Amino acid sequence: MKSQKFWAWLVFILGGAYFIVPLAATFEFSLRMRRGEYSFDAYASVFADPYFASSFTYSVIVGLFTIVVGILVVVPAVYFVRLRMPWLRPFMEFVTLLPLVIPALVLVYGYIRLYGSSSLIPFTGSVLGTDILLTCAYVTLALPYMYRAVDNGMRTIDIGTLTEAAQIAGANQLQIIGQIILPNILIAILSGAFLTFAIVIGEFTIASLLNRPAFGPYLVGIGTNRAYEPAALAIISFIITWGAMGMINVLGRFAPRTSARTD
Amino acid sequence: MAAFLEVSNLVKSFGTNTVVKGVNFAFEKGEFISLLGPSGCGKTTILRMIAGFERPTSGSIRVDGEDLTHLKPNQRKLGMVFQAYALFPNLTVGDNIAFGLKIAGMPAEQRRARVEEMLKLIGLPGFEKRFPYEMSGGQQQRVALARAIAPKPRLLLLDEPLSALDAKIRVSLREEIRAIQQDLGITTVFVTHDQEEAMSISDRIVVMNAGNLDQMGSPHEIYNRPSTRFVATFVGQLNTLPEATFGPSRAIRPELISLAPRPETDTTLTGTISDVGFLGSVVRLRVDVAGTPINIDTFNINTATPPQRGDTVTLHLAAKDVLTLGA
Repeated sequence: MKSQKFWAWLVFILGGAYFIVPLAATFEFSLRMRRGEYSFDAYASVFADPYFASSFTYSVIVGLFTIVVGILVVVPAVYFVRLRMPWLRPFMEFVTLLPLVIPALVLVYGYIRLYGSSSLIPFTGSVLGTDILLTCAYVTLALPYMYRAVDNGMRTIDIGTLTEAAQIAGANQLQIIGQIILPNILIAILSGAFLTFAIVIGEFTIASLLNRPAFGPYLVGIGTNRAYEPAALAIISFIITWGAMGMINVLGRFAPRTSARTD
Repeated sequence: MAAFLEVSNLVKSFGTNTVVKGVNFAFEKGEFISLLGPSGCGKTTILRMIAGFERPTSGSIRVDGEDLTHLKPNQRKLGMVFQAYALFPNLTVGDNIAFGLKIAGMPAEQRRARVEEMLKLIGLPGFEKRFPYEMSGGQQQRVALARAIAPKPRLLLLDEPLSALDAKIRVSLREEIRAIQQDLGITTVFVTHDQEEAMSISDRIVVMNAGNLDQMGSPHEIYNRPSTRFVATFVGQLNTLPEATFGPSRAIRPELISLAPRPETDTTLTGTISDVGFLGSVVRLRVDVAGTPINIDTFNINTATPPQRGDTVTLHLAAKDVLTLGA
Protein backbone atom coordinates (compact mmCIF):
# COMPACT_ATOMS: atom_id res chain seq x y z
CA MET A 1 0.00 0.00 0.00
CA LYS A 2 2.72 2.37 1.12
CA SER A 3 5.06 1.61 -1.82
CA GLN A 4 2.11 1.93 -4.23
CA LYS A 5 1.53 5.42 -2.93
CA PHE A 6 5.23 6.21 -3.30
CA TRP A 7 5.26 5.24 -6.99
CA ALA A 8 2.06 7.12 -7.64
CA TRP A 9 3.56 10.25 -6.13
CA LEU A 10 6.82 9.80 -8.01
CA VAL A 11 5.02 9.59 -11.36
CA PHE A 12 2.88 12.56 -10.44
CA ILE A 13 5.90 14.67 -9.44
CA LEU A 14 7.86 13.72 -12.57
CA GLY A 15 4.85 14.53 -14.74
CA GLY A 16 4.32 17.82 -12.94
CA ALA A 17 7.99 18.74 -13.26
CA TYR A 18 7.87 18.04 -17.00
CA PHE A 19 5.26 20.81 -17.34
CA ILE A 20 6.31 23.18 -14.59
CA VAL A 21 10.12 23.34 -14.86
CA PRO A 22 10.25 24.88 -18.37
CA LEU A 23 7.49 27.27 -17.42
CA ALA A 24 9.24 28.29 -14.19
CA ALA A 25 12.54 28.65 -16.05
CA THR A 26 10.89 30.86 -18.69
CA PHE A 27 9.28 32.95 -15.99
CA GLU A 28 12.56 33.25 -14.09
CA PHE A 29 14.39 34.28 -17.27
CA SER A 30 11.74 36.87 -18.10
CA LEU A 31 12.49 38.61 -14.78
CA ARG A 32 16.22 39.01 -15.48
CA MET A 33 16.20 41.97 -17.83
CA ARG A 34 17.80 44.19 -15.22
CA ARG A 35 21.31 42.96 -14.49
CA GLY A 36 21.86 41.41 -11.06
CA GLU A 37 18.26 41.63 -9.75
CA TYR A 38 14.73 40.42 -10.61
CA SER A 39 12.38 42.94 -12.16
CA PHE A 40 9.31 43.17 -14.37
CA ASP A 41 11.16 45.37 -16.88
CA ALA A 42 10.60 42.90 -19.71
CA TYR A 43 6.85 43.01 -19.07
CA ALA A 44 6.91 46.80 -18.90
CA SER A 45 8.76 46.86 -22.19
CA VAL A 46 6.19 44.53 -23.79
CA PHE A 47 3.24 46.57 -22.60
CA ALA A 48 4.93 49.78 -23.70
CA ASP A 49 5.26 48.50 -27.26
CA PRO A 50 2.33 49.97 -29.26
CA TYR A 51 2.52 47.06 -31.64
CA PHE A 52 1.72 44.68 -28.77
CA ALA A 53 -1.57 46.44 -28.11
CA SER A 54 -2.53 46.79 -31.78
CA SER A 55 -1.72 43.17 -32.72
CA PHE A 56 -3.42 41.83 -29.62
CA THR A 57 -6.55 43.91 -30.27
CA TYR A 58 -6.57 42.78 -33.90
CA SER A 59 -6.40 39.11 -32.85
CA VAL A 60 -9.13 39.55 -30.23
CA ILE A 61 -11.46 41.10 -32.84
CA VAL A 62 -10.72 38.36 -35.38
CA GLY A 63 -11.23 35.84 -32.57
CA LEU A 64 -14.69 37.23 -31.74
CA PHE A 65 -15.76 37.16 -35.39
CA THR A 66 -14.42 33.61 -35.68
CA ILE A 67 -16.53 32.56 -32.70
CA VAL A 68 -19.72 34.14 -34.08
CA VAL A 69 -19.27 32.68 -37.57
CA GLY A 70 -18.30 29.32 -36.06
CA ILE A 71 -21.49 29.20 -33.97
CA LEU A 72 -23.67 30.22 -36.92
CA VAL A 73 -22.16 27.45 -39.05
CA VAL A 74 -21.81 24.66 -36.50
CA VAL A 75 -24.97 24.87 -34.34
CA PRO A 76 -27.56 24.54 -37.14
CA ALA A 77 -25.40 21.92 -38.89
CA VAL A 78 -25.08 19.73 -35.79
CA TYR A 79 -28.77 20.24 -34.96
CA PHE A 80 -30.08 19.17 -38.35
CA VAL A 81 -27.66 16.27 -38.67
CA ARG A 82 -28.64 14.94 -35.25
CA LEU A 83 -32.34 15.47 -35.88
CA ARG A 84 -32.87 14.60 -39.53
CA MET A 85 -29.75 12.96 -40.95
CA PRO A 86 -28.10 10.92 -38.19
CA TRP A 87 -26.54 8.71 -40.89
CA LEU A 88 -24.38 11.71 -41.83
CA ARG A 89 -22.69 11.81 -38.42
CA PRO A 90 -19.65 9.63 -39.25
CA PHE A 91 -19.05 11.85 -42.27
CA MET A 92 -19.30 14.98 -40.08
CA GLU A 93 -16.85 13.46 -37.59
CA PHE A 94 -14.41 12.85 -40.44
CA VAL A 95 -14.76 16.27 -42.05
CA THR A 96 -14.38 18.14 -38.76
CA LEU A 97 -11.18 16.23 -38.02
CA LEU A 98 -9.56 17.26 -41.31
CA PRO A 99 -8.22 20.62 -40.00
CA LEU A 100 -6.18 18.66 -37.47
CA VAL A 101 -4.72 16.47 -40.20
CA ILE A 102 -4.11 19.01 -42.95
CA PRO A 103 -1.30 21.44 -42.02
CA ALA A 104 -2.32 25.09 -41.79
CA LEU A 105 0.35 25.81 -44.36
CA VAL A 106 -1.42 23.66 -46.95
CA LEU A 107 -4.72 25.33 -46.10
CA VAL A 108 -3.36 28.84 -46.53
CA TYR A 109 -1.58 28.04 -49.81
CA GLY A 110 -4.85 26.62 -51.07
CA TYR A 111 -6.57 29.84 -50.05
CA ILE A 112 -4.00 32.03 -51.74
CA ARG A 113 -4.29 30.08 -55.00
CA LEU A 114 -8.08 29.99 -54.88
CA TYR A 115 -8.76 33.53 -53.60
CA GLY A 116 -5.57 35.32 -54.76
CA SER A 117 -5.80 38.79 -56.31
CA SER A 118 -5.74 37.33 -59.85
CA SER A 119 -8.45 34.71 -59.16
CA LEU A 120 -12.20 34.89 -59.81
CA ILE A 121 -12.92 35.63 -56.13
CA PRO A 122 -10.01 37.93 -55.15
CA PHE A 123 -10.42 37.96 -51.36
CA THR A 124 -6.76 38.85 -50.86
CA GLY A 125 -7.11 41.88 -53.16
CA SER A 126 -8.30 44.08 -50.29
CA VAL A 127 -7.58 44.39 -46.56
CA LEU A 128 -11.20 43.65 -45.63
CA GLY A 129 -11.25 40.65 -47.98
CA THR A 130 -8.08 39.29 -46.41
CA ASP A 131 -9.53 39.74 -42.93
CA ILE A 132 -12.64 37.85 -44.01
CA LEU A 133 -10.46 35.10 -45.45
CA LEU A 134 -8.44 34.95 -42.22
CA THR A 135 -11.62 34.64 -40.17
CA CYS A 136 -12.86 31.84 -42.43
CA ALA A 137 -9.53 30.05 -42.06
CA TYR A 138 -9.78 30.31 -38.28
CA VAL A 139 -13.35 28.99 -38.33
CA THR A 140 -11.95 25.98 -40.18
CA LEU A 141 -9.06 25.57 -37.74
CA ALA A 142 -11.41 25.74 -34.76
CA LEU A 143 -13.97 23.39 -36.35
CA PRO A 144 -12.74 20.20 -34.62
CA TYR A 145 -13.17 21.83 -31.21
CA MET A 146 -16.36 23.77 -31.92
CA TYR A 147 -18.04 20.76 -33.53
CA ARG A 148 -17.21 18.44 -30.64
CA ALA A 149 -18.23 20.97 -27.99
CA VAL A 150 -21.61 21.59 -29.65
CA ASP A 151 -22.17 17.92 -30.43
CA ASN A 152 -21.52 17.01 -26.79
CA GLY A 153 -23.88 19.74 -25.66
CA MET A 154 -26.67 18.40 -27.85
CA ARG A 155 -26.04 14.87 -26.64
CA THR A 156 -27.09 15.89 -23.14
CA ILE A 157 -30.55 17.12 -24.17
CA ASP A 158 -33.26 15.20 -25.99
CA ILE A 159 -33.35 17.50 -29.01
CA GLY A 160 -35.87 15.29 -30.85
CA THR A 161 -38.60 15.51 -28.21
CA LEU A 162 -37.83 19.13 -27.29
CA THR A 163 -38.13 20.05 -30.97
CA GLU A 164 -41.47 18.26 -31.24
CA ALA A 165 -42.73 19.86 -28.03
CA ALA A 166 -41.83 23.31 -29.38
CA GLN A 167 -43.29 22.55 -32.83
CA ILE A 168 -46.66 21.45 -31.49
CA ALA A 169 -46.73 24.66 -29.42
CA GLY A 170 -46.49 26.55 -32.71
CA ALA A 171 -42.77 27.39 -32.93
CA ASN A 172 -40.92 27.47 -36.26
CA GLN A 173 -37.36 26.20 -36.88
CA LEU A 174 -35.75 29.56 -36.13
CA GLN A 175 -37.64 29.95 -32.85
CA ILE A 176 -36.78 26.39 -31.84
CA ILE A 177 -33.05 26.84 -32.44
CA GLY A 178 -32.95 30.34 -30.95
CA GLN A 179 -35.20 29.90 -27.92
CA ILE A 180 -34.84 26.24 -27.00
CA ILE A 181 -31.76 24.60 -28.49
CA LEU A 182 -29.21 27.45 -28.16
CA PRO A 183 -29.92 28.34 -24.51
CA ASN A 184 -29.74 24.68 -23.52
CA ILE A 185 -26.30 24.16 -25.06
CA LEU A 186 -24.95 27.60 -24.18
CA ILE A 187 -22.28 26.27 -21.83
CA ALA A 188 -21.06 23.81 -24.44
CA ILE A 189 -20.95 26.64 -27.00
CA LEU A 190 -18.99 28.82 -24.59
CA SER A 191 -16.39 26.13 -24.01
CA GLY A 192 -16.05 25.80 -27.80
CA ALA A 193 -15.78 29.58 -28.01
CA PHE A 194 -12.93 29.79 -25.50
CA LEU A 195 -11.01 27.02 -27.23
CA THR A 196 -11.49 28.89 -30.51
CA PHE A 197 -10.25 32.06 -28.85
CA ALA A 198 -7.14 30.34 -27.49
CA ILE A 199 -6.34 29.00 -30.96
CA VAL A 200 -6.82 32.33 -32.72
CA ILE A 201 -4.71 34.30 -30.23
CA GLY A 202 -1.63 32.14 -30.78
CA GLU A 203 -1.98 31.29 -34.48
CA PHE A 204 1.05 32.21 -36.60
CA THR A 205 1.13 30.45 -40.00
CA ILE A 206 -2.04 31.71 -41.63
CA ALA A 207 -1.87 35.25 -40.27
CA SER A 208 1.74 35.53 -41.32
CA LEU A 209 1.25 34.21 -44.85
CA LEU A 210 -1.80 36.40 -45.36
CA ASN A 211 0.35 39.24 -44.01
CA ARG A 212 -2.11 40.39 -41.33
CA PRO A 213 -0.90 42.21 -38.17
CA ALA A 214 -2.02 39.48 -35.73
CA PHE A 215 -0.64 38.58 -32.33
CA GLY A 216 1.01 35.33 -33.49
CA PRO A 217 3.34 36.94 -36.06
CA TYR A 218 4.11 39.68 -33.52
CA LEU A 219 5.19 37.04 -30.98
CA VAL A 220 7.46 35.42 -33.52
CA GLY A 221 8.92 38.75 -34.63
CA ILE A 222 9.78 39.72 -31.07
CA GLY A 223 11.26 36.27 -30.52
CA THR A 224 13.80 36.74 -33.27
CA ASN A 225 14.82 40.27 -32.30
CA ARG A 226 14.82 40.47 -28.50
CA ALA A 227 16.12 38.44 -25.58
CA TYR A 228 13.89 38.90 -22.52
CA GLU A 229 10.62 40.11 -24.01
CA PRO A 230 9.76 36.79 -25.73
CA ALA A 231 9.91 35.03 -22.38
CA ALA A 232 7.60 37.65 -20.89
CA LEU A 233 5.25 37.30 -23.88
CA ALA A 234 5.25 33.52 -23.54
CA ILE A 235 4.14 33.89 -19.93
CA ILE A 236 1.48 36.46 -20.90
CA SER A 237 -0.02 34.33 -23.66
CA PHE A 238 0.13 31.32 -21.36
CA ILE A 239 -1.92 33.21 -18.80
CA ILE A 240 -4.42 34.29 -21.48
CA THR A 241 -4.84 30.71 -22.71
CA TRP A 242 -5.23 29.33 -19.21
CA GLY A 243 -7.62 32.13 -18.38
CA ALA A 244 -9.77 31.00 -21.30
CA MET A 245 -9.60 27.37 -20.11
CA GLY A 246 -10.45 28.45 -16.58
CA MET A 247 -13.52 30.28 -17.85
CA ILE A 248 -14.80 27.03 -19.38
CA ASN A 249 -14.60 25.39 -15.96
CA VAL A 250 -16.22 28.27 -14.13
CA LEU A 251 -19.09 28.55 -16.62
CA GLY A 252 -19.58 24.79 -16.55
CA ARG A 253 -20.94 25.13 -13.02
CA PHE A 254 -23.79 27.30 -14.26
CA ALA A 255 -24.92 24.72 -16.81
CA PRO A 256 -28.70 24.26 -16.73
CA ARG A 257 -29.42 20.85 -15.29
CA THR A 258 -31.53 18.65 -17.46
CA SER A 259 -33.62 16.41 -15.34
CA ALA A 260 -34.10 12.71 -15.61
CA ARG A 261 -35.76 12.63 -12.21
CA THR A 262 -38.81 10.52 -11.65
CA ASP A 263 -40.70 10.37 -8.41
CA MET B 1 -73.66 16.28 -36.26
CA ALA B 2 -70.38 16.05 -38.17
CA ALA B 3 -67.46 14.34 -36.50
CA PHE B 4 -64.87 16.58 -34.81
CA LEU B 5 -61.89 14.29 -35.28
CA GLU B 6 -62.03 12.18 -38.40
CA VAL B 7 -59.34 9.77 -39.54
CA SER B 8 -59.94 8.17 -42.94
CA ASN B 9 -58.11 5.24 -44.54
CA LEU B 10 -54.94 6.16 -42.71
CA VAL B 11 -51.92 4.16 -43.88
CA LYS B 12 -48.29 4.51 -42.81
CA SER B 13 -45.40 2.50 -44.18
CA PHE B 14 -41.75 2.72 -43.25
CA GLY B 15 -40.04 1.20 -46.27
CA THR B 16 -41.69 -2.18 -46.85
CA ASN B 17 -43.02 -2.32 -43.30
CA THR B 18 -46.64 -1.13 -43.04
CA VAL B 19 -47.36 -0.20 -39.43
CA VAL B 20 -50.80 1.37 -39.88
CA LYS B 21 -53.01 -0.49 -42.34
CA GLY B 22 -55.97 1.64 -43.29
CA VAL B 23 -57.50 2.91 -40.06
CA ASN B 24 -60.83 4.78 -39.90
CA PHE B 25 -62.45 6.44 -36.94
CA ALA B 26 -64.52 9.50 -36.13
CA PHE B 27 -65.22 11.10 -32.79
CA GLU B 28 -67.39 13.86 -31.40
CA LYS B 29 -66.16 17.06 -29.80
CA GLY B 30 -65.27 16.65 -26.12
CA GLU B 31 -64.73 12.91 -26.18
CA PHE B 32 -61.84 11.22 -24.40
CA ILE B 33 -60.51 8.60 -26.80
CA SER B 34 -57.89 5.99 -26.00
CA LEU B 35 -55.76 4.25 -28.60
CA LEU B 36 -55.03 0.96 -26.88
CA GLY B 37 -52.79 -1.87 -27.99
CA PRO B 38 -49.53 -3.68 -27.40
CA SER B 39 -46.25 -2.06 -28.43
CA GLY B 40 -45.77 -2.04 -32.17
CA CYS B 41 -49.52 -2.02 -32.94
CA GLY B 42 -49.34 1.39 -34.61
CA LYS B 43 -51.11 3.47 -31.95
CA THR B 44 -48.22 5.87 -31.38
CA THR B 45 -47.71 6.23 -35.14
CA ILE B 46 -51.36 7.28 -35.52
CA LEU B 47 -50.94 9.87 -32.75
CA ARG B 48 -47.75 11.17 -34.36
CA MET B 49 -49.56 11.48 -37.69
CA ILE B 50 -52.34 13.46 -36.03
CA ALA B 51 -49.65 15.69 -34.48
CA GLY B 52 -47.89 16.05 -37.83
CA PHE B 53 -44.57 14.48 -36.84
CA GLU B 54 -45.10 11.65 -39.32
CA ARG B 55 -46.50 12.06 -42.82
CA PRO B 56 -49.21 9.50 -43.67
CA THR B 57 -48.45 7.28 -46.66
CA SER B 58 -52.10 7.72 -47.60
CA GLY B 59 -55.38 8.72 -46.00
CA SER B 60 -56.49 11.90 -44.30
CA ILE B 61 -56.92 13.50 -40.90
CA ARG B 62 -59.59 16.16 -40.32
CA VAL B 63 -60.19 18.19 -37.20
CA ASP B 64 -63.28 20.36 -36.91
CA GLY B 65 -63.83 20.07 -40.66
CA GLU B 66 -60.30 21.21 -41.56
CA ASP B 67 -57.98 18.86 -43.41
CA LEU B 68 -54.74 18.71 -41.38
CA THR B 69 -53.05 15.99 -43.41
CA HIS B 70 -50.54 18.27 -45.08
CA LEU B 71 -50.08 20.95 -42.44
CA LYS B 72 -46.86 21.28 -40.44
CA PRO B 73 -47.08 20.45 -36.72
CA ASN B 74 -46.74 24.13 -35.77
CA GLN B 75 -49.76 25.07 -37.93
CA ARG B 76 -52.18 22.53 -36.45
CA LYS B 77 -53.13 24.24 -33.15
CA LEU B 78 -52.90 21.05 -31.13
CA GLY B 79 -51.52 20.35 -27.67
CA MET B 80 -49.39 17.36 -26.81
CA VAL B 81 -47.94 15.72 -23.70
CA PHE B 82 -44.98 13.39 -24.13
CA GLN B 83 -43.92 10.32 -22.22
CA ALA B 84 -40.60 11.92 -21.20
CA TYR B 85 -42.23 15.23 -20.05
CA ALA B 86 -40.10 17.21 -22.56
CA LEU B 87 -40.24 20.43 -20.55
CA PHE B 88 -37.76 23.03 -21.79
CA PRO B 89 -34.92 22.74 -19.24
CA ASN B 90 -33.76 26.34 -19.72
CA LEU B 91 -37.17 27.85 -18.94
CA THR B 92 -39.01 28.19 -15.64
CA VAL B 93 -42.33 26.47 -15.10
CA GLY B 94 -44.12 29.74 -15.85
CA ASP B 95 -42.18 30.28 -19.09
CA ASN B 96 -42.73 26.68 -20.12
CA ILE B 97 -46.50 27.08 -19.76
CA ALA B 98 -46.40 30.47 -21.49
CA PHE B 99 -44.24 29.22 -24.39
CA GLY B 100 -47.08 28.53 -26.82
CA LEU B 101 -48.88 31.73 -25.78
CA LYS B 102 -45.75 33.79 -26.42
CA ILE B 103 -45.25 32.19 -29.85
CA ALA B 104 -48.88 33.02 -30.63
CA GLY B 105 -48.18 36.65 -29.68
CA MET B 106 -50.31 36.99 -26.55
CA PRO B 107 -49.44 40.13 -24.55
CA ALA B 108 -47.36 39.61 -21.37
CA GLU B 109 -50.15 40.64 -19.01
CA GLN B 110 -52.62 38.09 -20.38
CA ARG B 111 -49.90 35.45 -20.47
CA ARG B 112 -49.22 35.88 -16.77
CA ALA B 113 -52.90 35.56 -15.95
CA ARG B 114 -53.26 32.45 -18.08
CA VAL B 115 -50.17 30.83 -16.49
CA GLU B 116 -51.59 31.52 -13.05
CA GLU B 117 -54.92 30.02 -14.05
CA MET B 118 -53.19 26.92 -15.46
CA LEU B 119 -51.04 26.41 -12.34
CA LYS B 120 -54.18 26.58 -10.21
CA LEU B 121 -55.85 24.03 -12.50
CA ILE B 122 -53.02 21.50 -12.12
CA GLY B 123 -52.73 22.08 -8.37
CA LEU B 124 -49.30 23.74 -8.42
CA PRO B 125 -50.03 27.41 -7.66
CA GLY B 126 -46.95 29.51 -6.93
CA PHE B 127 -44.59 27.26 -8.91
CA GLU B 128 -43.95 29.82 -11.73
CA LYS B 129 -40.35 30.49 -10.78
CA ARG B 130 -39.27 26.87 -10.34
CA PHE B 131 -37.16 25.08 -12.92
CA PRO B 132 -38.18 21.65 -14.21
CA TYR B 133 -35.17 19.92 -12.62
CA GLU B 134 -36.39 21.06 -9.19
CA MET B 135 -39.61 19.09 -9.51
CA SER B 136 -40.67 15.46 -9.28
CA GLY B 137 -41.74 13.49 -12.35
CA GLY B 138 -45.42 13.75 -11.48
CA GLN B 139 -45.16 17.53 -11.06
CA GLN B 140 -43.23 17.89 -14.31
CA GLN B 141 -45.86 15.93 -16.19
CA ARG B 142 -48.59 18.17 -14.77
CA VAL B 143 -46.66 21.20 -15.97
CA ALA B 144 -46.37 19.53 -19.38
CA LEU B 145 -50.15 19.11 -19.35
CA ALA B 146 -50.62 22.78 -18.46
CA ARG B 147 -48.24 23.79 -21.26
CA ALA B 148 -50.23 21.68 -23.71
CA ILE B 149 -53.65 23.10 -22.80
CA ALA B 150 -52.68 26.73 -22.09
CA PRO B 151 -53.08 27.88 -25.75
CA LYS B 152 -56.57 26.25 -25.84
CA PRO B 153 -55.73 23.65 -28.50
CA ARG B 154 -58.43 22.06 -30.62
CA LEU B 155 -57.20 18.63 -29.67
CA LEU B 156 -55.10 17.32 -26.79
CA LEU B 157 -52.74 14.46 -27.63
CA LEU B 158 -51.33 12.34 -24.81
CA ASP B 159 -48.50 9.98 -25.73
CA GLU B 160 -48.29 7.47 -22.85
CA PRO B 161 -47.95 10.37 -20.41
CA LEU B 162 -48.11 8.16 -17.33
CA SER B 163 -45.61 5.45 -18.29
CA ALA B 164 -42.59 7.09 -16.67
CA LEU B 165 -44.35 7.57 -13.31
CA ASP B 166 -44.67 5.19 -10.39
CA ALA B 167 -47.90 3.29 -9.73
CA LYS B 168 -49.53 5.53 -7.14
CA ILE B 169 -48.90 8.79 -9.00
CA ARG B 170 -49.98 7.13 -12.22
CA VAL B 171 -53.44 6.50 -10.81
CA SER B 172 -53.87 9.91 -9.18
CA LEU B 173 -52.60 11.78 -12.26
CA ARG B 174 -54.85 9.87 -14.63
CA GLU B 175 -57.85 10.81 -12.51
CA GLU B 176 -56.66 14.40 -12.54
CA ILE B 177 -56.21 14.38 -16.33
CA ARG B 178 -59.74 13.01 -16.75
CA ALA B 179 -61.18 15.63 -14.38
CA ILE B 180 -59.43 18.50 -16.19
CA GLN B 181 -60.45 17.09 -19.58
CA GLN B 182 -64.11 16.93 -18.55
CA ASP B 183 -63.89 20.35 -16.96
CA LEU B 184 -62.58 21.97 -20.14
CA GLY B 185 -64.48 19.70 -22.52
CA ILE B 186 -61.36 19.28 -24.62
CA THR B 187 -61.29 16.48 -27.18
CA THR B 188 -58.44 14.19 -26.14
CA VAL B 189 -56.58 11.32 -27.77
CA PHE B 190 -54.71 9.18 -25.28
CA VAL B 191 -52.22 6.50 -26.32
CA THR B 192 -51.58 3.66 -23.89
CA HIS B 193 -50.66 -0.01 -23.75
CA ASP B 194 -52.28 -0.32 -20.32
CA GLN B 195 -55.84 -1.62 -20.68
CA GLU B 196 -56.78 -0.72 -17.12
CA GLU B 197 -55.69 2.87 -17.75
CA ALA B 198 -57.69 3.03 -20.96
CA MET B 199 -60.81 1.51 -19.38
CA SER B 200 -60.76 3.82 -16.38
CA ILE B 201 -60.66 7.19 -18.14
CA SER B 202 -61.98 6.83 -21.68
CA ASP B 203 -65.31 7.64 -23.25
CA ARG B 204 -64.34 5.43 -26.11
CA ILE B 205 -61.49 3.04 -26.80
CA VAL B 206 -59.91 2.12 -30.11
CA VAL B 207 -58.21 -1.26 -29.76
CA MET B 208 -55.34 -1.63 -32.20
CA ASN B 209 -53.67 -4.86 -33.22
CA ALA B 210 -50.78 -5.15 -35.69
CA GLY B 211 -51.68 -1.96 -37.55
CA ASN B 212 -55.40 -2.66 -37.74
CA LEU B 213 -58.30 -1.26 -35.78
CA ASP B 214 -59.80 -4.33 -34.10
CA GLN B 215 -62.65 -2.75 -32.18
CA MET B 216 -63.95 0.68 -31.26
CA GLY B 217 -66.43 1.35 -28.50
CA SER B 218 -67.07 2.35 -24.91
CA PRO B 219 -65.05 0.55 -22.22
CA HIS B 220 -68.23 -1.33 -21.30
CA GLU B 221 -68.73 -2.60 -24.85
CA ILE B 222 -65.07 -3.47 -25.35
CA TYR B 223 -64.95 -5.48 -22.15
CA ASN B 224 -68.30 -7.20 -22.32
CA ARG B 225 -68.67 -7.67 -26.06
CA PRO B 226 -65.19 -8.05 -27.53
CA SER B 227 -65.48 -8.49 -31.27
CA THR B 228 -62.25 -10.36 -31.86
CA ARG B 229 -60.19 -12.95 -30.05
CA PHE B 230 -57.40 -10.38 -29.73
CA VAL B 231 -59.62 -7.81 -28.01
CA ALA B 232 -61.09 -10.43 -25.68
CA THR B 233 -57.67 -11.60 -24.54
CA PHE B 234 -55.91 -8.22 -24.49
CA VAL B 235 -58.57 -6.42 -22.48
CA GLY B 236 -59.12 -7.93 -19.06
CA GLN B 237 -58.74 -11.52 -17.89
CA LEU B 238 -60.35 -14.39 -19.71
CA ASN B 239 -60.79 -18.14 -19.13
CA THR B 240 -60.87 -20.50 -22.06
CA LEU B 241 -63.53 -23.11 -21.24
CA PRO B 242 -63.00 -26.85 -21.76
CA GLU B 243 -63.71 -27.70 -25.38
CA ALA B 244 -65.33 -31.07 -24.53
CA THR B 245 -68.22 -29.44 -22.65
CA PHE B 246 -68.63 -26.09 -24.39
CA GLY B 247 -67.28 -26.52 -27.90
CA PRO B 248 -64.30 -24.70 -29.44
CA SER B 249 -63.26 -21.08 -28.68
CA ARG B 250 -65.57 -20.46 -25.74
CA ALA B 251 -64.41 -18.20 -22.93
CA ILE B 252 -65.71 -16.36 -19.85
CA ARG B 253 -64.55 -13.52 -17.60
CA PRO B 254 -63.33 -14.58 -14.11
CA GLU B 255 -65.90 -12.48 -12.24
CA LEU B 256 -68.83 -14.19 -14.02
CA ILE B 257 -68.13 -17.52 -12.33
CA SER B 258 -69.20 -18.06 -8.74
CA LEU B 259 -68.88 -20.78 -6.13
CA ALA B 260 -72.58 -20.52 -5.19
CA PRO B 261 -75.55 -20.64 -7.56
CA ARG B 262 -77.09 -17.32 -8.62
CA PRO B 263 -80.56 -16.79 -10.13
CA GLU B 264 -79.15 -16.60 -13.67
CA THR B 265 -76.66 -19.48 -13.47
CA ASP B 266 -77.57 -22.59 -15.41
CA THR B 267 -74.30 -24.46 -15.84
CA THR B 268 -71.97 -26.09 -13.36
CA LEU B 269 -68.42 -27.42 -13.44
CA THR B 270 -66.51 -29.31 -10.78
CA GLY B 271 -62.85 -28.83 -10.03
CA THR B 272 -60.10 -28.62 -7.42
CA ILE B 273 -58.60 -25.37 -6.19
CA SER B 274 -54.95 -25.27 -7.18
CA ASP B 275 -54.08 -21.78 -6.02
CA VAL B 276 -55.55 -18.94 -3.95
CA GLY B 277 -54.43 -15.37 -4.57
CA PHE B 278 -55.53 -12.74 -2.09
CA LEU B 279 -55.59 -9.35 -3.87
CA GLY B 280 -57.34 -7.32 -1.18
CA SER B 281 -60.88 -6.56 -2.28
CA VAL B 282 -60.80 -9.53 -4.62
CA VAL B 283 -59.80 -13.13 -4.01
CA ARG B 284 -58.59 -14.89 -7.14
CA LEU B 285 -58.97 -18.66 -7.22
CA ARG B 286 -57.30 -20.91 -9.73
CA VAL B 287 -59.40 -24.05 -10.21
CA ASP B 288 -58.35 -27.12 -12.09
CA VAL B 289 -61.34 -28.44 -14.07
CA ALA B 290 -60.30 -31.78 -15.59
CA GLY B 291 -56.93 -30.33 -16.64
CA THR B 292 -58.23 -26.90 -17.76
CA PRO B 293 -57.17 -24.06 -15.43
CA ILE B 294 -59.97 -21.60 -14.70
CA ASN B 295 -59.58 -18.35 -12.78
CA ILE B 296 -62.40 -17.08 -10.64
CA ASP B 297 -62.64 -13.66 -9.00
CA THR B 298 -64.73 -13.48 -5.85
CA PHE B 299 -65.17 -10.56 -3.51
CA ASN B 300 -63.35 -10.69 -0.22
CA ILE B 301 -65.75 -11.20 2.71
CA ASN B 302 -64.09 -10.14 5.91
CA THR B 303 -65.97 -12.57 8.17
CA ALA B 304 -65.54 -15.72 6.08
CA THR B 305 -62.44 -17.85 5.68
CA PRO B 306 -61.38 -17.95 2.03
CA PRO B 307 -61.45 -21.33 0.25
CA GLN B 308 -58.32 -23.41 0.68
CA ARG B 309 -55.99 -25.08 -1.78
CA GLY B 310 -57.06 -28.64 -2.53
CA ASP B 311 -60.79 -27.99 -1.82
CA THR B 312 -63.16 -29.50 -4.34
CA VAL B 313 -65.63 -26.87 -5.52
CA THR B 314 -68.58 -26.52 -7.85
CA LEU B 315 -68.46 -23.58 -10.26
CA HIS B 316 -71.65 -21.85 -11.35
CA LEU B 317 -71.96 -19.83 -14.53
CA ALA B 318 -74.59 -18.65 -16.96
CA ALA B 319 -74.47 -19.87 -20.57
CA LYS B 320 -75.38 -16.36 -21.78
CA ASP B 321 -72.15 -14.99 -20.26
CA VAL B 322 -69.99 -17.32 -22.34
CA LEU B 323 -68.14 -15.47 -25.11
CA THR B 324 -67.54 -17.06 -28.46
CA LEU B 325 -64.15 -15.97 -29.72
CA GLY B 326 -63.97 -15.20 -33.39
CA ALA B 327 -60.90 -15.01 -35.52
